[in-house]
Amino acid sequence: MTTDGHTIPNYMAIFWWLLGLTIAEIGWAVLPHHSELVLAGGIVALAIVKAVLVAMYFMHLKFERRTMGILFASTLILGMILVSVGIGELVLPRPGYAHGVVHGPSVQ
Amino acid sequence: MEHAEAITFDPHAEEDRTSTGIPHDKMGMWIFLCSEVMFFTGLIGSYIVLRFGSTWPDPKKTLNIWLTAANTFILICSSVTMVKALEWIQRGDTRKMKLFLCLTLLGGSIFLSVQIVEYRHLLHEGFNPHGSLFGSAFYTMTGFHGFHVFCGVVCIAFCTGKAFLGKYTPQHHLGVETLGLYWHFVDLVWILLFAIVYLI
Repeated sequence: MTTDGHTIPNYMAIFWWLLGLTIAEIGWAVLPHHSELVLAGGIVALAIVKAVLVAMYFMHLKFERRTMGILFASTLILGMILVSVGIGELVLPRPGYAHGVVHGPSVQ
Repeated sequence: MEHAEAITFDPHAEEDRTSTGIPHDKMGMWIFLCSEVMFFTGLIGSYIVLRFGSTWPDPKKTLNIWLTAANTFILICSSVTMVKALEWIQRGDTRKMKLFLCLTLLGGSIFLSVQIVEYRHLLHEGFNPHGSLFGSAFYTMTGFHGFHVFCGVVCIAFCTGKAFLGKYTPQHHLGVETLGLYWHFVDLVWILLFAIVYLI
């Protein structure tokens, strides 16, 4: 069936996908991992897939005009820059800092 | 000489569209959601920096993952019922729209109730906002999200009331669609918060 110029997606199929991905996410979190990066990478990847499913099908971003996609994507890009800068603070070496400890004037 | 034009404006006319062709209400909601993306990205970004830049306890040992997983399931279900409410009004079935709006309201209320129970339990256990960095970050992020859910539940209650008063028709249902966008966004943010705060 079509409404408002686009086909109504199968919402129940999206629901089952979201449920399955949530179970997979919890399973991945509970399983023992050698590296914290592997644990975090898997969970974040699954969470992003779920978020994209919600945005595309429940928020109808897939069927909206391109303007809306550009508007939403632009904030996501800005958000990614913000997070990247934050991660850069962790990863990149900084003068005056060693192992996350500030060598500045002591606080009285 | 300037001529003042009498502009007639019908707030119920869904034909009032922006230059992009998108109705004003919907466009306004999308712009608001864009600002919300920046807000939550700031919180999540800060959390990532704190989480990986300092010693951090295992969240799974402090937080009840299974209770929150069940709560996540409830929020996802409420998102489905919201989109089904929109689908039914588009199909012309107002009775089913009302039913699904009530179910969405119920889902949102259960989510909030479970979060309150979780907070009470954690505070009783000594896990509070001023006790540790993890505690501060946890209560800030989940608290702000909870506030958004609370606002959503209030708006859904209002929208449901309007539905029972017969304010929505298959031709005029922009309120349901716009509120649905907000509610799905709240669900989307929780999907990310659950993964980042509870599981990593």
